[in-house]
Amino acid sequence: MKSLEELQKIKERALERRRMSAEGVRVRVVVAMGTCGIAAGARDTMTAILGELEKQKVTDVAVTQTGCIGLCEYEPIVQVQIGEGDMVTYGKLGADRVPTLIEKHVVGGEPIAEWAIKQTA
Amino acid sequence: MTIFRELSQHLLDIFENGAKAGASLILLNIDEDFSADRLTLELRDNGSGMPAEMVRRIADPWVTTRTTRKVGLGIPFLKQAAEMCGGEFGIESELGVGTRTWASFQHSHIDRPPLGDLTGTVLCMIVGFPTLDVLYQHAVHDVTGGTREFKLDTRELREVLGDDVALSDPEVLGFLREMLEEGHAMLYGEGTAPGAA
Repeated sequence: MKSLEELQKIKERALERRRMSAEGVRVRVVVAMGTCGIAAGARDTMTAILGELEKQKVTDVAVTQTGCIGLCEYEPIVQVQIGEGDMVTYGKLGADRVPTLIEKHVVGGEPIAEWAIKQTA
Repeated sequence: MTIFRELSQHLLDIFENGAKAGASLILLNIDEDFSADRLTLELRDNGSGMPAEMVRRIADPWVTTRTTRKVGLGIPFLKQAAEMCGGEFGIESELGVGTRTWASFQHSHIDRPPLGDLTGTVLCMIVGFPTLDVLYQHAVHDVTGGTREFKLDTRELREVLGDDVALSDPEVLGFLREMLEEGHAMLYGEGTAPGAA
């Protein structure tokens, strides 16, 4: 079984990495997790996002949740913001689209225009 | 008929209500009693709570869906799922104290949705709100009277990690996922996939 001692070692490695890179949160990813979102598969989308970040060892991304944002027909909805830039809102972002989203936008920095439903300044 | 395929989606949905109510701690209890053929789900939060009038309406799908849009459909669907599986649903709330929601099911009922992806669900709960703590407790009582229990408390994890390392750090994520997978495998014994519950 996993132990808290193991977590302590993970913490030390994470702090060491941070000292090397001196980087904080670069990208914010928000998953809409209202009833509509969950019914459309938002949990599987978020699980896939967390899985990709774990697999690719991406350390500068913060993944959080929000509720229904009033665009229920576009669920699952995921928003991505790099630094202080524009927040891009993606619709119908099922778990199958997550690897591409992470690769192109979150890591690569290039928004995927055809998946975006709305851009706010 | 329900909008969710899995009971863990219901749990996540109720959890979101607690998070929106400003809770700093949410307790998730799952109790599977195979000798009594009972599955009980419970969520407790220390959020803002609701006035009695809203609690009364929340249990009524017709009134709720028509008048309190913000409450949504999640709660009436969980109530319906429990009641059609020989179980019960309850919710109690106190302003300024918090809300407790629970649902029970006949464990073996043919219409009972599976618990589903509990590992992914709990992971979403504990990572999605950086200032919210979660205490997840899951017990399985087998027919011979034996009990297996799994517990995950983010307060203990945060105490180790401190303020500088988030639960969403990739290596921490891996740790959490494996901890949950191991816990669920232990609860259901060898040879049974956690998702098969």
